[in-house]
Amino acid sequence: MNVLSVTNLSMRFGGIMALNQVSFAVSQGSITALIGPNGAGKTTAFNCITGFYQATQGEIQLHLLDHTVDIRRILGQPFVWQDLVQPGRVVKKLFYRWFGGSHLVNRAGVARTFQHARLFREMTVLENLLVAQNRSVNCNPLAGLFATRSFRHAEAQAIQTAAQWLHFMGLKGEANLLAGALPYGHQRRLEIARALCTKPKLICLDEPAAGLNPIETKELCELIRRIRDMHHISVLLIEHDMSLVMEISDHVVVLDHGEVIASGTPEQIRRDPKVLEAYLGTAQVGDA
Amino acid sequence: MALLLFIPITGVLLNGYDFAFNWQRPFGLAGLVFVVFFIFSVLKEKWPVGLHVTFNFTKIDTLFWVFVPIFVLALPFFLNKYWLNVAILALIYVLLGLGLNIVVGLAGLLDLGFVAFYAVGAYSYALGHLYLDLNFWAAIPFGALLAALFGMVLGFPVLRLHGDYLAIVTLGFGEIIRLVLNNWGQFTGGPNGLQTPFPTFFGLEFSRQAREGEILFHHYFNLAYSPIHRYLFIYLVLLLVVAGMVFFVGRLKKMPLGRSWEALRQDEIACRSLGINHVTVKLSAFAMGAMVGGMGGVFFAASQGFVNPASFTFFESALILAIVVLGGMGSIRGVISAALALTILPELLRDFADFRVLIFGLAMVGMMVWRPKGLLNSRRRFFSLEST
Repeated sequence: MNVLSVTNLSMRFGGIMALNQVSFAVSQGSITALIGPNGAGKTTAFNCITGFYQATQGEIQLHLLDHTVDIRRILGQPFVWQDLVQPGRVVKKLFYRWFGGSHLVNRAGVARTFQHARLFREMTVLENLLVAQNRSVNCNPLAGLFATRSFRHAEAQAIQTAAQWLHFMGLKGEANLLAGALPYGHQRRLEIARALCTKPKLICLDEPAAGLNPIETKELCELIRRIRDMHHISVLLIEHDMSLVMEISDHVVVLDHGEVIASGTPEQIRRDPKVLEAYLGTAQVGDA
Repeated sequence: MALLLFIPITGVLLNGYDFAFNWQRPFGLAGLVFVVFFIFSVLKEKWPVGLHVTFNFTKIDTLFWVFVPIFVLALPFFLNKYWLNVAILALIYVLLGLGLNIVVGLAGLLDLGFVAFYAVGAYSYALGHLYLDLNFWAAIPFGALLAALFGMVLGFPVLRLHGDYLAIVTLGFGEIIRLVLNNWGQFTGGPNGLQTPFPTFFGLEFSRQAREGEILFHHYFNLAYSPIHRYLFIYLVLLLVVAGMVFFVGRLKKMPLGRSWEALRQDEIACRSLGINHVTVKLSAFAMGAMVGGMGGVFFAASQGFVNPASFTFFESALILAIVVLGGMGSIRGVISAALALTILPELLRDFADFRVLIFGLAMVGMMVWRPKGLLNSRRRFFSLEST
């Protein structure tokens, strides 16, 4: 069963077709990698999936246990003439145009990290994780004002969850340090922990190994596996580090110039002539 | 550097339509600046630690919490009317500082038109009394709610703006409110302003002469009449409100809402990726800040007995912003001390009134150089993680 399916996704920036009829799927409990040369449209695809861009065309569907979420719809779609005959749809569109946005994608169960760690640098590590759990704690301002029992209980719960994830990520000793003061490798791990705190079904990692040394990359591999195996969260990742991709992914999708040129297991990808061409260029006859 | 600055400022004197050049002064001042900087850098060499003062905060905290409430409660009984007014004004600025601190310090939305909400609060009391017959007690929540509403109204169009652009729009908003108050003569009284009634003590008035069949405050308590009573009363009520707001803002910082404000200040995109609706979070910051500012306005109107648009110029906004910046973004104690300093010091330094803005500017420059994060940094909360 697929947790995410992307069908014929196109994204156009003015005259540039950043994504052209891209289709792929992430199956439940798998680690899927999205690879491709620079400028292939990987990050654009990511931004469409996580709701930071509204795609020009196509469908992105998130399949949860009991229902399916149409990610493009909750971002707020433009009105078209056909809406006039379906007032119900107009109301829904209006609702999502006003209150929709990328935060709803996260609430639906897709968490993401960024290419360059986007932490709340002036807050402590633990506060970063508490912000991520804002939805599960008691948000009633009056309850917070008087520190009612339910408020304190929810806060304690949130701290406990945060502590668990810190322990999982090996950051427990740094809970009260400022996030911006952490070494870079730890910042990246903290960002993953923060995304996990939102209780996602699918986590999208944008180049998690960028800027890490080989040992840290190895630890990261182990970590991503454990996220999948112990917490049953599917993983979609963009990565340039081929050793990491080949080692951990179950399924690899290769993008080039906005199109999917190959997809399959790492073994298949490694031998695919199109992929080799995209990465290494074509050897033309007569080239010196 | 200093020389370049001082030549146009002090070196050129206007003499009718002519310039008279005065070369000694800029060189003298520049020399003074040079000497001071030289001494400072020599001192810095000697004590590389610099001007770091460390306090034992826990001890000071307990002392602070015992001593300060007694002091502020007892204070007004020893002040004359003039100083009592200064104290009231200082407390009003504390309130305004706390309000702007929510918007600028916590949520990071640079608001240069905060005086608009102050004006809304003040006028909601004056107009509410005129048209709706509201008394002081009803005006406090009314002014607060109305200001919060105006905060939301301002918030909607500026949701997508950041930094400089936001500052310009809020600046414009502040001016719009003032100009409307100034020019809508029939409704607001225009530049002539409006009278506001003094608050009553549970229906007992503080005036000298009783109207027909009326019992006044000093009759009821068998006191000799003194005009100071009404200010004393305003001071004490205001103190209560300020204390409440300090508590409120302090709690806010520990609540999910306050945390999302701070998170939004630091990274809006990350916030969205974590399921935080940046629209509601921003609007709530504007509304809460405006609400506190509006309360300040009601008290201002009540203590002055009169409001007019001239009290709500851009300079007020700048002053409130200076309080927040000097005190340290997001720090409650910093804001309180800065508000007190910036309202009481000018009164103490009446003789130097001409130099007030200069001293202001110097203080700001000094702050930016030595304590860019404000007088008192806000300390982060410490969480102890038990074995989990």
